[in-house]
Amino acid sequence: MPFIPHTEADVQTMLAEIGAPDLEALFDEIPDHLRNGALNDVPEGMSEMDMLALMSERADQDGGYTCFLGAGSYDHHIPAAVWDITTRGEFMTAYTPYQAEASQGTLQLIYEYQSMMAALTGMDVSNASVYDGASGMAEAILMAIRANRKNKTGRILVADSVHPHYTRASRNIVRNQSIELHMLPVGADGVVDPEHAARVTGDDDLPAALVIQQPNFYGRLEAVDALTDWAHHHNALVIAVVNPMSLGVLKPPGEWGNNGADIVCGDGQPFGVPMASGGPSFGFICCRSALVRQMPGRIIGRTVDLDGADGFALTLQAREQHIRRGKATSNICTNQGLLVTAGTIYMSLAGPQGLRETATRCHTNMNLLRVRLLEIDGVEALFGGAHFHEFGIRLPVRASLVVEGMMDRSILPGLCLGDFSADTLADADDVLLVAVTEKRTEAEIEGYACALSEVIAAARKGAA
Amino acid sequence: MSETPTECRYAATHEWARMEEDGTVTVGISDHAQNALGDVVFVEMPEEGQQVGAGDEAGVVESVKAASDIYAPITGSVVAINEALEDEPEKVNQDPYGEGWFFKVEPDDATALEDLLDAEAYTEVCESEDH
Repeated sequence: MPFIPHTEADVQTMLAEIGAPDLEALFDEIPDHLRNGALNDVPEGMSEMDMLALMSERADQDGGYTCFLGAGSYDHHIPAAVWDITTRGEFMTAYTPYQAEASQGTLQLIYEYQSMMAALTGMDVSNASVYDGASGMAEAILMAIRANRKNKTGRILVADSVHPHYTRASRNIVRNQSIELHMLPVGADGVVDPEHAARVTGDDDLPAALVIQQPNFYGRLEAVDALTDWAHHHNALVIAVVNPMSLGVLKPPGEWGNNGADIVCGDGQPFGVPMASGGPSFGFICCRSALVRQMPGRIIGRTVDLDGADGFALTLQAREQHIRRGKATSNICTNQGLLVTAGTIYMSLAGPQGLRETATRCHTNMNLLRVRLLEIDGVEALFGGAHFHEFGIRLPVRASLVVEGMMDRSILPGLCLGDFSADTLADADDVLLVAVTEKRTEAEIEGYACALSEVIAAARKGAA
Repeated sequence: MSETPTECRYAATHEWARMEEDGTVTVGISDHAQNALGDVVFVEMPEEGQQVGAGDEAGVVESVKAASDIYAPITGSVVAINEALEDEPEKVNQDPYGEGWFFKVEPDDATALEDLLDAEAYTEVCESEDH
């Protein structure tokens, strides 16, 4: 069924009415050099039947593997109830509806989402979500630049252990606004050191904010208390990028150091959103109340109607783009209504106890696999110290060879850091980043270890 | 009918400026402006010591309906801000020319005040906007 309601005759009537020869003529005022010719490469439409066949073929390519791949998107169990409820007609919307207050159910759901995210991160407020974790980080940086009146600068200090894609996306979004991201190097132990922070930034050139990821890209736990206190001592705000699942066991960013982080962002994918070849997911952004007027996007508030009954309304809209236009806090954000619905239902089904158990199980499984892998001849830990549910290993052969061999055995063993743009890690061709969730059984963990020994042995033989 | 005191000068962007005895210029938004905005819920101030040029953005006034920029009506440096508005932004609605003032400027050139509209001219601006 086509989604464009106009028939060819409708279109011709309308064109004749305004005196335009064809549809193309409506876009005449756009100069040729601004037109994107790439759209010409979009193939012709296909029938629903052909499309379904193509999509199942592609979906089959994803299936059948035991997944130890993470690096920002994780294979957690999704209770059947999550998508059963999310896809009900009452909830199924991609967006906060226009005439939002007529949709009290949607607004209440977002309000509950905000309340849970604020509690989880230890912050005062949450917005209704943003696109994804990377755009959340970019928005957090823009917020910090606007809010920091003590260090009035375009400098932002970013730990080099932050997900490289997040840093790259943030740089793309902020670079035309005279904002510079300066990287804080990762030490030999896989974390950043507040002592280095002091060296990177002289006292005359303090950053507006410090961005820290916990657990970091390598699964390591950063010294968040010391980093937070260092930043606050130098009048820099602290932006925490966190995996929300890890908050089932780790200290919420609101309690980092003496005064806590100022802005918390991250990706909500671990909460009920399938990996789906990398997307879509939803981003979250939470902050202290002092910064609420710098927060982009919408916020749902709870109020009472004329009869004193509870109701929900959009609040703090005055800085959104439909009112502030070019001066809005953001012109590139939206909320991810449908995925937030899934995330909210996931959180309410799991509860604090469920999140704690899931996170603990991830951590236990990670330790189990890590110990087993480090027993294999030639396999070394990339970094020592505390990890959450992901860790790096150095292999005696190229990681890409290992991935190939493991996939032949129906295991997705992790991410080759050599292929990935981990700009921070030299000689990463033999490094594999491995994630373990609560879904992995002891048998699967043992199976991974056995398969890896075989694959390494085979690769060594091949090389000899 | 909005109040438009004659001891003030006005910008077409609806700020008022009043010369005080100590030579500083107090700045706020007009009765007409506060009426149009509705209930003021937040005022973002310039910083003390900040240098502002006539016509520069010097803050934001936010009501339940809109967030609007405040422009400095005269060039100079900000010597005081009305901190009371942080907790009681409603003073902007209740007493726009008194307790609802925004900030004070030490003007580089006090005669520049003459470039602004007088009460009569400003009233005409407001009336033409209303029509």
